[in-house]
Amino acid sequence: MSNRSFRKFKDRLAYGLGVLCVVLAMFPLASILFEVVRNGLPAISVGLLTRPTGNITDPSSGIGNAIEGTLILIGMTCLIAVPIGLFAGIYLAEFGDNKFGRTIRFLNDVLAEFPSIVIGILAFSIVVVAIGHFSAMAGAVALSIIMLPIVTRTAEESIKLVPSSIRDAAMALGIRRWRTSLSIVLVTAKDGILTGIMLSIARIAGETAPLLLTVLGSGFFFSGVDQPIDALPLRIFTDYKNSNYPSALAQGWGAALVLVVLVLSLNLGVRFLTRGRSTFARARA
Amino acid sequence: MAVSEEARPKQGKTPARARLASLRFPRRFSCDDVFEASSIIFAGVIVLIIVVTSVFLVRGSVPVLESFGTGFFTGKNWIAAAGSESYSALPFVLGTLVTSAIAVAVGVPLSMGIAIFLAEMAPWSVRNPLSRVIELLAAVPSIVYGLWGLFVFRLWIRDYLETPISNYVGSFPVFQGTPLGLDFLTAGLILAIMIIPTVSSISNDVMMAVPASQREAAYSIGATRWEVVRTGVLGYARSGIFGATILGLGRAVGETMAVTMIIGNIPALPASFFQHGATMASVIANEFSEADPGSLHLSALIGIGLTLFLFALEINVFAQLMVWRVLKVRGGSVE
Repeated sequence: MSNRSFRKFKDRLAYGLGVLCVVLAMFPLASILFEVVRNGLPAISVGLLTRPTGNITDPSSGIGNAIEGTLILIGMTCLIAVPIGLFAGIYLAEFGDNKFGRTIRFLNDVLAEFPSIVIGILAFSIVVVAIGHFSAMAGAVALSIIMLPIVTRTAEESIKLVPSSIRDAAMALGIRRWRTSLSIVLVTAKDGILTGIMLSIARIAGETAPLLLTVLGSGFFFSGVDQPIDALPLRIFTDYKNSNYPSALAQGWGAALVLVVLVLSLNLGVRFLTRGRSTFARARA
Repeated sequence: MAVSEEARPKQGKTPARARLASLRFPRRFSCDDVFEASSIIFAGVIVLIIVVTSVFLVRGSVPVLESFGTGFFTGKNWIAAAGSESYSALPFVLGTLVTSAIAVAVGVPLSMGIAIFLAEMAPWSVRNPLSRVIELLAAVPSIVYGLWGLFVFRLWIRDYLETPISNYVGSFPVFQGTPLGLDFLTAGLILAIMIIPTVSSISNDVMMAVPASQREAAYSIGATRWEVVRTGVLGYARSGIFGATILGLGRAVGETMAVTMIIGNIPALPASFFQHGATMASVIANEFSEADPGSLHLSALIGIGLTLFLFALEINVFAQLMVWRVLKVRGGSVE
């Protein structure tokens, strides 16, 4: 009988430890959100959000250029990564049931876990060396390499979820396969694909390491895709390096708040819109 | 009807346009083939990226490997000052190993606790919401972890962990030095937090993939919930959990910004947990934009990038194989 109660005790203990682990993991998250809001909110003002940085020691400098830069980088990255990722996903879902397809799928998963700094070196070696200086273009190339595997994987999964009856119906109407894929299957799968794209945007919006090696950062508004550009994560990093100026530090927290709001609203938005979908993108993005 | 249609071409009445069309699209080469071929090309971009990465990393690190040979991996010094240049990847490789080891040692048990709790024990109504919240840890950008780590987490670790350790067992070699918080231990612990969502969500998936019959069998002989997990689930999910751990290790090895901001960035061989250090990723992030194009310094940094790339590649290939083998059992519906 004492054996039985000891077993019950162990069961309770395991349950308690599980609760403890969950609480321990949620504590940093709560603290991060709290600190970002506490330090960032007082710094937020219309001026901060709209003015360019210019001189970092100037208390009236803003992060308008960084917000603009992040949005431009996201746009350029999507232009590169979404078409490639979509087609690669279509290939994996429609034609990928062979050795080549399995290899691609495997390499795609490996690419998704690449250290982002290594991707930064790659984009540096290709684009920055070719142009001769740091540029927004190089940053977009680096970010698209990060985005590509996520888009590919979610596109493949969403396309595979399209019921074969829809495909059969298209076939029965005599519609060609490419037409079926593009106008029927892809449209049916668009929710899942959009989810993947939004989650990957949330992921690349916060990437810093590859940008350090490719776009460098700048204190001014956008001046061309072949010129350095600023981005929110880079702005936070620069402000951290200048954190002996209180105004720079406050600006950094403000930028962090804007970035966290952007990333979390994308994440929560997607999760709210698509409950109980593919766990892949959620786990990796 | 059909006969007359077929007969028409023979009578030489084929319209020029149709003849041209049949030239342009011979039957064996249809739009579908074009579509398939172009989708193969786009899928090939993924292979291309990996190949090009290896080529550029190797090519970029040739100068430093020629100058230092194997000394690049065995030397002790990293001096970028012109005139007395000396480059070695060893301090950074060891730094990465130490921080990642701390991350795995602390992060994986926590993640296992979370995964077991959420997959097997928690009331059904809280499983989904809680796992969503845990996954949000992965959504926080690494730079924000760095900022929080530097101004909040570092102070906790310094005051409540390192100072007591230093007071009681400070004479041990591995705990020597002044506890400032800007060291291997803090960097490793912040990495531990950052790998939790990866490890716990994949372990969770792997455990959910364990067939219900495993649990039913254990329950039917009177096992408690914990015994069900221990005997029926963990053994079955072992290799997948191992794979999740290795994936977490890969994350920790490649993580850059948070580590860069709190490790102190001194290229020294790790001797104590309370010592400033640097990792492969952090030295690249710190020095890359300062290195002159074409210099040995830049080549040395790319050499470190190559080392990091090889580490990450091996770790990830291994981990994907482990996870993949387990999840495949469920017909690929899990991932």
